[in-house]
Amino acid sequence: MPWHIAALQQLINGLALGSVYALIALGYTMVYGIIKLINFAHGDIYMLGAYFGFYAITMLKLSLVPAMLVSMAAAALVGVLLERIAYRPLRSSSRIAVLITAIGASLLFQSTAQLVFGASFKPFPQALPFRRIQLGPVFITNRQLLIFGVAVLLMVLLHLIVNYTKVGKAMRAVAIDKEAALLMGVNIDRIISATFALGSALAAAAGILVGMYYNRIDPYMGMMPGLKAFVAAVLGGIGIVPGAVVGGLLMGVAENLVVTIGSSTLRDAVAFAVLIVVLLFRPNGLLGKKGIEKV
Amino acid sequence: MKRLNSLISCTALLLVYLVVKLLESRGILLPYHVQILSLCCINIILVVSLNLINGFTGQFSIGHAGFFAIGAYASAYLTVHLQLPFVLAIICGGILAGLAGLAVGLPALRLRGDYLAIATLGFGEIIRVIILNTDAVGGARGFSGIPKYTTFGLAYLTAIITVVVIRNFVTSDFGRACLAVREDEIAAESLGVNSTYFKVLAFAIGAFFAGAAGALFSHYLQYMAPTPSQIGFVKSIDILIMVVLGGLGSITGSIFAAVFLTIIPELLRGFAEYRMIIYPILLIVVMIYRPAGLLSGQEFSLSNLAKHFKGAKAHGNHS
Repeated sequence: MPWHIAALQQLINGLALGSVYALIALGYTMVYGIIKLINFAHGDIYMLGAYFGFYAITMLKLSLVPAMLVSMAAAALVGVLLERIAYRPLRSSSRIAVLITAIGASLLFQSTAQLVFGASFKPFPQALPFRRIQLGPVFITNRQLLIFGVAVLLMVLLHLIVNYTKVGKAMRAVAIDKEAALLMGVNIDRIISATFALGSALAAAAGILVGMYYNRIDPYMGMMPGLKAFVAAVLGGIGIVPGAVVGGLLMGVAENLVVTIGSSTLRDAVAFAVLIVVLLFRPNGLLGKKGIEKV
Repeated sequence: MKRLNSLISCTALLLVYLVVKLLESRGILLPYHVQILSLCCINIILVVSLNLINGFTGQFSIGHAGFFAIGAYASAYLTVHLQLPFVLAIICGGILAGLAGLAVGLPALRLRGDYLAIATLGFGEIIRVIILNTDAVGGARGFSGIPKYTTFGLAYLTAIITVVVIRNFVTSDFGRACLAVREDEIAAESLGVNSTYFKVLAFAIGAFFAGAAGALFSHYLQYMAPTPSQIGFVKSIDILIMVVLGGLGSITGSIFAAVFLTIIPELLRGFAEYRMIIYPILLIVVMIYRPAGLLSGQEFSLSNLAKHFKGAKAHGNHS
């Protein structure tokens, strides 16, 4: 295969992977925007989402769409409980304390999942027979199409919620100024819960999509994509919703192009190299505005 | 008084070593136990050195395993391929890690809090991926055939040197400046403290000792694998947990936590899978009830303990 066709093929694969990163990054960015916390456990909620989907399909015998809805609801509940139990008591403590708690929550999810679901990977049930669709010299699989479709649908839904509903308006208000929002009668606790619920539901959907795409799930699957999605959120400008989408897509494409050029083991380093460069030259991200630091 | 105190400390430290040696020669402590004690010492070095960065200078690094890895692999390369004496290899490993610390400290000028944490994490992962792709140190197969040079005595001595150096550093003018940077960077700057300089200095010193710990570790285990749990993210988090449980800004806390969290898993070998559930719960509970760790910013010492009891008594008499 000539290199430009290979690159085009990797671009398609990269966009598929990138839409998954974008879905996860949205959760990071919304939570960060609202309570300035890097929710380290977010990647593990994505993992739990994949497992919920797995059990919904195999044990409850649901088809793909209802299984995804069940999993998203369950993950939303986990996200809300996580915030309620682990993060809320720490809302007034130092940010490092909360960050460490988030790391603890992440470890807890991983080891609990390992205990409950088993440490070895599980093959994800294929609700969709594999097909590849030829587009000139390159091809796209129906699973990739499913990823694009679901990701775009969810992003549009999120956009509508954030921009056109009362909850969305309250979220934006809390993100801009918590105290002022409180004075306007916004119930901050409830808005934070809603943010966690939304972000976790998106992550769960991403988990199922990846489970189908790679055909396997395991208790540690959340670690790397979680970190990379976070990098994607920073790349786009953390706290900015469209930024997460842009960052996620760029990240997926960059990673796949590196695989075409060099070795696949270098792939994990790309994300972090991108991160350090972005933080050094545009710490507010591609779409971010420069903030003014007040003393 | 001060001289008396250090005399007592030296004697106590020597006694601990002699007791371990005596118990070992009598066969009460098996080689396995002495191994665990060596591991305790290595972890003390790691935890105290991370505490300098995270606890005393207030920078949030979660890439300590990167420095550890540099020291471990560099020293192993030096002893295996260049037949360098081990002590020299430890120092070289430490210096290389320290240079990496300088390199990481520089971005720290621009980043704060969460961003710095993520950047250091990224740095640690990059080191791991580079090692994974370097054939000279075994690549993905791991680095095997490292001679077993690490003895309990050597690990113990290095741990003592680390603790003494870092304690003296934090009680010196330099350390005061680091504390000032931690408490309020802007105020410190306005009083003429060059915060950049002290952040980078803390990173370099912390990294140097992490590298030395790495050198001891690779010559203790005799095999290094480029996995997250040995030189990656998971290892960094392990060290961080020890720092936090012991208390940010408490050297004695770090020592207790390192020893405790090294020995407990060995005792709980049969419950390995529950261990990884108990740990994080412990971490979350400590953060909720004591957000700065068990011994936050305090040091445990006999004279402090005596003062505490006296204080309590005096207080009791008053009421």
